[in-house]
Amino acid sequence: MPETLYELRDITKRYGKRSVLRVDELDIYRGEILALVGPSGAGKSTLLRLLNFLETPSSGTIRFHGQVFDATHQPPLAIRRRVTTVFQRPVLLRRSVRANVAYGLRLRGERDANERIDETLAQVGLAEMAHLAARTLSGGEAQRVALARAMILQPDALLLDEPSANLDPYNVGLIESIARDLNREQGTTIVLVTHNIFQARRLANRVALLLDGRIIEVAETERFFTAPSDPRTGAFARGEMIY
Amino acid sequence: MIASRDPQLVEIVRLSLQVSGIALLFSTLMGVPLGAFMGLSRFMGRRFAIVLLYTGMGFPPVVVGLFVYLMLSRSGPLGGLDAPWIPDLFTPGAMVLAQIIIAVPLVAGFTMAAVMGVDRNLRQQVEALGATRWQSALAAIVEARAGVIVAIIAGFGGIISEVGAVMMVGGNIEGKTRVLTTAIVLETRKGEFDLAIALGVILLSLTFLSNAVMLQLQGGTIED
Repeated sequence: MPETLYELRDITKRYGKRSVLRVDELDIYRGEILALVGPSGAGKSTLLRLLNFLETPSSGTIRFHGQVFDATHQPPLAIRRRVTTVFQRPVLLRRSVRANVAYGLRLRGERDANERIDETLAQVGLAEMAHLAARTLSGGEAQRVALARAMILQPDALLLDEPSANLDPYNVGLIESIARDLNREQGTTIVLVTHNIFQARRLANRVALLLDGRIIEVAETERFFTAPSDPRTGAFARGEMIY
Repeated sequence: MIASRDPQLVEIVRLSLQVSGIALLFSTLMGVPLGAFMGLSRFMGRRFAIVLLYTGMGFPPVVVGLFVYLMLSRSGPLGGLDAPWIPDLFTPGAMVLAQIIIAVPLVAGFTMAAVMGVDRNLRQQVEALGATRWQSALAAIVEARAGVIVAIIAGFGGIISEVGAVMMVGGNIEGKTRVLTTAIVLETRKGEFDLAIALGVILLSLTFLSNAVMLQLQGGTIED
């Protein structure tokens, strides 16, 4: 049995009366790439926010790093910092590219990381742009800076919330290969939310379908697309789903 | 007269810069965190607090001067205490106190607006990167630094140019509490128009120079 990084049990998330997420059971394995697919508003981003401990669940438990967390017991800063997210829109700071990539390290008190920054920028293909103002970059370049700034933290889990949704095919491919390399070389666990089922098929080891805040099916990628257990999974994968 | 560096004039300029400079320093130290808090937090009574802040921004300096005068006079609540850290009336200390009261709402109000203008997704992003609440607030302030500098400029402009408060609590005493604005009033009343105009030009130049310095501090972000 592969080692689990996260174990979610009986998780619900409500905003007032509105229930947006209900996950009875979900394990995320160390070193895997798990894709979360489903229509907008299905609760995928909410699930990611719970995994990054940006929000607390209304009920249920999350086991991470050998400890159990719930609504009343949130992880300490050191554990929270083992996870990070790259969002659809990269919010870069009004500073140089270098300063942006260094930001997460500076939060953790690490000041002198210029070599690592250069290495990471080279990994995302932005080595010559370190000194540029981050705000002047194109969409694809900005998203790669966001990725670099996350990668350099060497997180246990890298959460990607539609990281290439707004990008051209070249940058989509670039982001995907960076993620794939990171997973392969560093063993970083990746949870990817994507609208692009082809991307899910290209990248993921397992795929989970969310509808209306519930996980309909979780399966290994090939089985998910060719022989799913639930009819809704098949309809979704074929683009036939009406919602 | 300007060229001859009259010692009285030098003293007047020095005192103007000292009083407003010190007041600005304290106002910045209090106003920026206050403005950031008002901009980033949601608490009960926030709207009321914001209205108070707006009112403070437009408050007539002479009324602030009156208030401080009443507080510090011997029969007043603070003046009667005779504590060492409470300034006496007709001293530069009282003038600094009055100017702090004028400048804090200006600095806080503009900082609040600047911080509220920062991308609302910044907080989530920065927290996902591992920021604590404090680090997140600091990130917002640094992002908004162009606007925060404007807040400080507004505070400085408000106090270097006011005459009502410093006249009330300072008394325009030669060699002790005479600043550029109160000196202009005096010289105009005396009919010394050339001198009054010269003082006015000096005041304008000082303001222009200090604002040029602050523009430099805004750095590249103004070109965004």
